Amino acid sequence: MASVGTVHSGNTVNVKSDQSADTPPRFSLPAKASAVASGSTRFKISGLKVLYGPKEVLHGIDMEISSNVVTAVIGPSGCGKSTFLRSLNRMTETVRQARVEGDILLDGENIESMDVVRLRRRVGMVFQRPNPFPKSIFDNVAYGLRINGHKGRLSEAVENSLRRAALWDEVKDQLHKSAYALSGGQQQRLCIARALAVDPEVLLLDEPCSALDPVTTAKIEELLFQLKPSCTIVIVTHNMQQAARASDFTAFLLEGRLVEYQSTPKLFTTPSDPRTEAYITGRFG
Amino acid sequence: MNTTDLAAPSGNGFAGAWRRVSRVGLGDAVAHGITLLAGTGIFVLVGVLFTELWVNSRLARDRFGWKFLVTSVWDPISQHFGALPFLYGTLVTSLLALVIAIPLGLGTAVFLVELVPVWMSDWLAFIIDLLAAVPSVVYGLLGIFILVPIIRSTVEPFLQSTLGFLPIFQGPAYGVGFLAAGVILGIMVVPFIVSVSREVLLAVPQEQREAALSLGATQWEAASQVVVPYARSGILGSIFLALARALGETMAVTMVIGNDPRIHASLFAPGYSIAAVIANEFTEATSTLYIHALIELGLILFGLTFVLNALARLLILATVRRGMVRP
Amino acid sequence: MTSMTKHMTRRSVTNVVMLTLTGACAFLTVAVMFYILGYLAWHGGRALSWNFFTKLPAAVNVAGGGMANAIVGSAKLLLLACCIGVPVGILAGIYLSEFAGQTLGSVVRFMVDLLNGVPSIVIGIFAYTVIVLPMHTFSTLAGGFALGIMMIPISVRSTEEYLRAVPSSLREASLALGAARWVTIVRIVIPAAFRGILTGVMLALARVAGETAPLLFTAFGNSYWSTGWTRATASLPVMIYTYAISPYDDWHRQAWAAGLVLLALVLVVNIVTRMALARKMPLSR
Repeated sequence: MASVGTVHSGNTVNVKSDQSADTPPRFSLPAKASAVASGSTRFKISGLKVLYGPKEVLHGIDMEISSNVVTAVIGPSGCGKSTFLRSLNRMTETVRQARVEGDILLDGENIESMDVVRLRRRVGMVFQRPNPFPKSIFDNVAYGLRINGHKGRLSEAVENSLRRAALWDEVKDQLHKSAYALSGGQQQRLCIARALAVDPEVLLLDEPCSALDPVTTAKIEELLFQLKPSCTIVIVTHNMQQAARASDFTAFLLEGRLVEYQSTPKLFTTPSDPRTEAYITGRFG
Repeated sequence: MNTTDLAAPSGNGFAGAWRRVSRVGLGDAVAHGITLLAGTGIFVLVGVLFTELWVNSRLARDRFGWKFLVTSVWDPISQHFGALPFLYGTLVTSLLALVIAIPLGLGTAVFLVELVPVWMSDWLAFIIDLLAAVPSVVYGLLGIFILVPIIRSTVEPFLQSTLGFLPIFQGPAYGVGFLAAGVILGIMVVPFIVSVSREVLLAVPQEQREAALSLGATQWEAASQVVVPYARSGILGSIFLALARALGETMAVTMVIGNDPRIHASLFAPGYSIAAVIANEFTEATSTLYIHALIELGLILFGLTFVLNALARLLILATVRRGMVRP
Repeated sequence: MTSMTKHMTRRSVTNVVMLTLTGACAFLTVAVMFYILGYLAWHGGRALSWNFFTKLPAAVNVAGGGMANAIVGSAKLLLLACCIGVPVGILAGIYLSEFAGQTLGSVVRFMVDLLNGVPSIVIGIFAYTVIVLPMHTFSTLAGGFALGIMMIPISVRSTEEYLRAVPSSLREASLALGAARWVTIVRIVIPAAFRGILTGVMLALARVAGETAPLLFTAFGNSYWSTGWTRATASLPVMIYTYAISPYDDWHRQAWAAGLVLLALVLVVNIVTRMALARKMPLSR
């Protein structure tokens, strides 16, 4: 895999990574990532229950998500994977009837007691369908920076994010054009750039490639690999091949319960639970 | 488009409210508060409006009680006031307006929906909507100088010669009077009937028409026997809306009704409506009782239009909902 | 056999006749519009003159009078109406779209509809009791207040409608970036709906510009310039009324001219705003 070059302003990441998932990459940590090294726990989830009105959608999930790895969440439609993802940055609160029980700790701190705005700056999200704002490309990426009172030059930070999202070269001459002029795949990468602009420690992606073609999908998977050293990634996907390709750990959810959770190679070759095996061999889903 | 119902944390009572405030931060709480204030302000406004009408008609209500509604005397000199002539005038002109506007409006709506391609229908509907935007006083202007002379010289003599045996078409042809007011009101409310009826007719599922046509019905039969009945509650709602509008219409009516606070059987005779008498006599009112009587008339008008509007909304809602229900 | 064909012919004839009748109805309705326009243009156009726009009303039977004070008076009244009607209307619309729950929302909506249905003369009475009586004088203030109240329901409805039309995915994207709800509303939702809200305000303005009844005993009328806000003022619609019911030919001519001006204003605003709405929404900052 290629190495990511030096990126500007504040986020100096020099990465030379190889194929093997066991060799820890050498990198200098950006200031915000604090003392968290690869492999340590980012999220500790205990007894997570989510109810929409009277209906219980997640029935008590216990899980630990490691930092600086890609964790995939797979499962059939309606199993609660999106709900699970959205509970990690408290986006469940946007639904009127939603109630969340259990604890989610981010770096040891309960996210319920955190200021939700601060939480969402640390834990960013990319949605299933690209949803850029009706603004220019520049203003889309700069939005998060502007509302958080970014100090320093906006244009540098914007370029930085667009580079990290592997979109800079394609749009550097048309930053003031409308975001809607971009293709679907470019828009999704723009949304990733927008999320990256606020320098999140975690990036949540909810089936980000489901509306995209295979070439763009490959580009985005490559992107995630490059982001991994500086960012913890949790990706929900209904595409098992994608989970197998792109993730280090995989969680299999079925009807609101966590059935199996382990390193991706193990889960896909020797799954412990018969239900997991049934799902990944395509017997249902 | 499915909308995630975006909202602050749920919960009732003070506990819920405190949870909301402490979790959503100051900015959100302030925004919620200001906009809520505006919303309840409207609530308060309507309440105050009703209260003012009630309080400022006290003298008349105390003096005349319920008899106010059935007394036909309106005599400022002897301070005897009764609402009957105005109720009569308002109702007669509004009913006449409906008699003219319903066939005209419904026919137009059917034409626009069943017979004409969508692009033309949209353009025509646009033009007809503009009719609704014409100010009342401009209608009055045209009423005085164009409609009234025509009615006086042509229409009323014609009606008298052909249908003069009916009491409503008897008497001298002044031009101004119930007939003129009814006609101008009819023209003014046609756009409302057209626009709402068109909307509800468009909401009728295509399957209904296809079912009728496939059974061998002509286009007119399909329209009149299947489509229109299906949409009847919405159309009825549009009629209520038009009626509510006609009841409160002031200027055009004032300018052509003749301003005579008496009850006449004939449509040729001059008359008065609630809105017209308030408009004409409010600033001339010489005593407090007089003003209170006029304000009581306003209160009655308020009540009438309130009931009609509420009924209309319910009816329109019923039809549109029905159109969306799949068996 | 014969009676069958006779029956069929009767049905076809009925069909053609009735459908033609509906066409006639439509033709009649549309023709009225053009007739009104045409007549006003002809009659009113002939009476328009420089004097009309610049001179004060002259004494009876003296030529050369105009409606300058009425034009300025109407402008002042509309300005005041905007100050009262627009903030309340837009804020309430925001409340209904972004904050309101089921019950309180439907109550407020019902009240808005109720207010919309109140006859304009009754609103005039209200303004009279609330402003004219305590102040012991007719005033621009009272007239503006009455017109402002009438603007509220139209502004609320269109604001709510256009805010709701903004896709919720945009709100979600903003929230996920760590923006507070009020920031999302101010920076994303309102700009996206701005065009619709603006047209709603303009349509409301056009509607109240032609209102006469509520001004009859609030702003009342004035043959001279009305200075400040606490004196009675002439207005275009009231002048039309006063002149039209007078017995003087010169005044009748001026009434036509004023009618033309008023109608032109109202129609132009209506046409422009409706056409503007048909086009796509522009970018926002």
